Amino acid sequence: MPAVGNSVSRKDGIGKANGRALYADDITFPGMIHGRTIRATIPCGSIRSVRLAFDTTGFTVVDHLDIPGRNIVDLIEQDQPFLVEREVRHMAEPILLLAHENAETLNAARVEIEYEEAEAVFDPERSTQLLKSIDIVKGDVDAALARADIVVEGTYRTGHQEHVYIETNGVIAVPEAGGVAVYGSIQCPFYALKALKCMLGPITKVRVIQTETGGGFGGKEEYPSMIAGHAALLALKSNRPVKIIYDRVEDMIATTKRHPSIVRHRTGVMRDGRIVAMDVDVLLDGGAYITLSPVVLSRGCIHAAGPYRCENTHIRGRAVATNTPPNGAFRGFGAPQTEFAVEVHMERVAEALAMDSVTLRAMNALTPGDTTATGQILREDTSALMVLDEAVRRSDFRRKRESYRGTNKAIGLALFFHGAGFTGSGERYLKSRARLDLTATGVRIAVGSTEIGQGTRTMHAQIVSDALGVPYGDIEVMQPDTSLVADSGPTVASRTCMVVGKILEECAHEMRTTLGDLSPAEYHAQHGAFSVERQYEPPGWIEWDDATYRGDAYATYGWGCDVAELEIDPDTFEVRPIKLTAVQEFGRPIHPALARGQIEGGTAQGLGYALLERVVMKNGAMANAQLTNYTIPTTLDTPEIDVVMLDNPYPGGPFGAKGLGELPMDGPAPAVVNALRHYGLDVREIPATPELIAQCVSY
Amino acid sequence: MRFVLNGHPEDVDAHPMARLLDVLRNQCGLTGTKEGCGEGECGACTVLVDGDPVCSCLIPVSQIEDSAVVTIEGLGEDHPLQHMFMNEVGAQCGICTPGMIMAAQVLGPAPTLDEIKAALAGNLCRCTGYSAIYRSIKKWKISTRELTPRRRDDA
Amino acid sequence: MLRDEPGTPIAGATDLYVALNFGTLAPKTFVDIWSLKELRNIYVRDDVLVIGALSTYTEAIRSPHVRTRLPMLAEAARLVGGPQIQNRGTIGGNIANASPAGDSLPVLAAADAVVVLRSVNEERRVPLTEYYTGYRTTVMRADELIVAVEVPAVDGTQWFRKVGTRAAQAISKIVVAGVRGSTTRVAFGSVAPTVVRPRETERLLTSGASIDEAVAALGREIVPIDDLRSTAEYRLRVSGNLLRRFWSDTAPA
Repeated sequence: MPAVGNSVSRKDGIGKANGRALYADDITFPGMIHGRTIRATIPCGSIRSVRLAFDTTGFTVVDHLDIPGRNIVDLIEQDQPFLVEREVRHMAEPILLLAHENAETLNAARVEIEYEEAEAVFDPERSTQLLKSIDIVKGDVDAALARADIVVEGTYRTGHQEHVYIETNGVIAVPEAGGVAVYGSIQCPFYALKALKCMLGPITKVRVIQTETGGGFGGKEEYPSMIAGHAALLALKSNRPVKIIYDRVEDMIATTKRHPSIVRHRTGVMRDGRIVAMDVDVLLDGGAYITLSPVVLSRGCIHAAGPYRCENTHIRGRAVATNTPPNGAFRGFGAPQTEFAVEVHMERVAEALAMDSVTLRAMNALTPGDTTATGQILREDTSALMVLDEAVRRSDFRRKRESYRGTNKAIGLALFFHGAGFTGSGERYLKSRARLDLTATGVRIAVGSTEIGQGTRTMHAQIVSDALGVPYGDIEVMQPDTSLVADSGPTVASRTCMVVGKILEECAHEMRTTLGDLSPAEYHAQHGAFSVERQYEPPGWIEWDDATYRGDAYATYGWGCDVAELEIDPDTFEVRPIKLTAVQEFGRPIHPALARGQIEGGTAQGLGYALLERVVMKNGAMANAQLTNYTIPTTLDTPEIDVVMLDNPYPGGPFGAKGLGELPMDGPAPAVVNALRHYGLDVREIPATPELIAQCVSY
Repeated sequence: MRFVLNGHPEDVDAHPMARLLDVLRNQCGLTGTKEGCGEGECGACTVLVDGDPVCSCLIPVSQIEDSAVVTIEGLGEDHPLQHMFMNEVGAQCGICTPGMIMAAQVLGPAPTLDEIKAALAGNLCRCTGYSAIYRSIKKWKISTRELTPRRRDDA
Repeated sequence: MLRDEPGTPIAGATDLYVALNFGTLAPKTFVDIWSLKELRNIYVRDDVLVIGALSTYTEAIRSPHVRTRLPMLAEAARLVGGPQIQNRGTIGGNIANASPAGDSLPVLAAADAVVVLRSVNEERRVPLTEYYTGYRTTVMRADELIVAVEVPAVDGTQWFRKVGTRAAQAISKIVVAGVRGSTTRVAFGSVAPTVVRPRETERLLTSGASIDEAVAALGREIVPIDDLRSTAEYRLRVSGNLLRRFWSDTAPA
């Protein structure tokens, strides 16, 4: 029986379920001490003085002067410091580091910091500091708007979203010969490695080891590099292992969130429903530093016109700075924001045309041969109509749309797509590598891609098993240690299966050629160990121009259609999701049970984004930084999720697979808000809390 | 301070106000009980005290004197529900899993979906959307009723 | 014990560590009363339901006395936190913690419950409606302990509704309990510094005035605020809606 396509037993073993799996906070080293971060308590200004108001005996104290290399968290642009030197740009920005062997003594230590405050900017619409702008132009949007029968305009807003991985951030830095080893809850060990090398300079040897990671969702993509740097500085200065574990409040106040957005649409349509012009303006609040905002904006803009055909499109995107902690990677990476806007807008376009919104979508949905906003000609693996038809049929959408009318129930739908892998030339620049080792015990996968719950280990082993023709049980997966594994690129962008899995498939084919007819054990007995390492080659047909934003933005896309059914309490304006039908096409599932888990989990996260999850910012800091007051869905908030996985293989992916992780995040919010529209509420913003909905209902 | 931990007598020297969670993790060396929030909101630290699921982050250790505490380690390394959580993907990242499994211990032999949801309403999971957790528990109960704990190794 | 060790009594501790962790309570001396088993029973004496202060929400849910005499308390208890909190949180703790959002408080207020306070020298009884003097302040003296709450037989139909931040593990944004009998009693939580019995609203409802008049009176008797969880505007409006819902749900057939 092939491993691929079957829900084989997972490579995680049983440790996660019996408590034996070791997460960062579960690990201790001899002589280990605790580290703590002293953070800014103003959103904008500069430091006048820092005074240690405690007995420093037994403490290790680190400030920016202790940094041997560059005080920069090296990412896209080099603008964010590990430790403030003078200028404070956001609340909770790290200033000073302390370590002590006694956690209570450490937490009791008081540091007095005097500031000179400056005026902070919190409203992105009033920010004058541009972090990145993008312009995507196709056809002549102004001319097309002028000749359209109807022009529909609208503004849509989305708020911050906090990841709420249940394991908070944590790392341990351990001094070792010539340098430091950093263990931690880290999505991208090679990002942390790069940042550490830049900070520590060339003479210090560094390696990064991922520990079992209790959820990421993008939240442990870039920020752990910061914590890794802090722990490493304390460890090198104290010459002892240093553990830094954030508690929930610190994690929520200091680390990244999903970018809030304001998206404006002007859409020209003809009376028959054909969309002839889409003019879109995307504004993202990037927070205080550039970090990943340019690429979040890029993905957001590319998805901003939705899965629709339109010959005249203009998408303008801006990410601007505010004096809040930098916003960062979060499952979907800009697309959930812009696809929320376009899908709610499509519902309004249908209303303006007095047309059925499913018919409107079907008429304009992208099909093979159509071009996207960037001019990409879509190939056969384009499934917008397939997922739309199936979702409408499966959920009995049309009948319920009628029967719910006039009741407290409502139903709404959203069509969406998600580009898999890095945008544009990203994969070409990245040059990801993967390695397979033939060992005495079998075949070992050596990649930096991390298991953070989504099934990396299992799914990679399945691909190698079938591509190599070796039993799944004989495939071993290394825990990522940057000194031992190949740099397969970051575990982000729905690329771990489609891209890294593809390299592994090719490694397996090459290894099979070397093995000939021998089994790994036979070959090893005769010839000994060997390794195969290969680099990713994107499909040759991909063309992309970074300067003009024209070309093949992604090698392929996943497609989805969500149908949300809700019940609205007319007294309290509370919304209870009853059922969510999620129809998604992502090539072909490698492990159906894990794939289903990605869809169910992403859908629940999307429902939270739609209805519950509101970050309250006060003076640039998250005021509700507790799980009590930032509410994610519980069992009782999460409805039945009916998952349908449709096949449409992508020839460039391993066994036809596309990326999947982010796709399910894009649909729930617009489906929910479109259901609220069906109920008669003109909601254009999320989270659609009862307080917001009440404002849409007249007394 | 004496109590019964996973069936064995335990004697710890701890401040009476020390959280049970910290005593279990730092003094008893049982790190299967996780901390997710420190305020009784996420349920990752759920253990059984005298048979009832409680949040160990909210319990002063003085209050478990002479009580029986069961942690995830107390179920052994090979409990059928642990296997079900892996096979049915009720565990993704796994950090909420020990707490979920402990909270599920109070369920009767044939719980309804509503009963499962109510029993787990104090446990947050951010990965699964809970559906796979319900499937794990239902299959566990079915296998228990059949009295033949089985494991599904499709490979 | 009360004489020897003055300190803050702790019962199920479900709010305590939250307060300590988040700096709303300075560390001080605590007296652990969790093991006082005599404060943990629920029984009926002279047609009065007596709920020992250390009775947990779970015990309240399971108690046949609560279920028959004060079902709205069982309903409220089921919506407190999750099962772990219900297993540990106590009715006495909910009263003592004095949060305006305490889920059981409107039930006890609407049921004319009486708080039994005991010190070394005396025992005294204070109606719940007179127990709170302001935001998180009470008439309890430092040498006193809440030992029980007594609920006289409730005359009328009971009604309860909690509007939380989500379906479980939620703090109340509004919590309402009502009794409709020969007189009408309603109590609101999370809409004022303490739980509120809006007397004018009750009087209007009891005397047969229109629900519109009662809703208008309610608007004058509650003082909701904006906070992290909701808005004054929402609380005011939804309180009125819930009063209407209470009135229509409990209307005689």
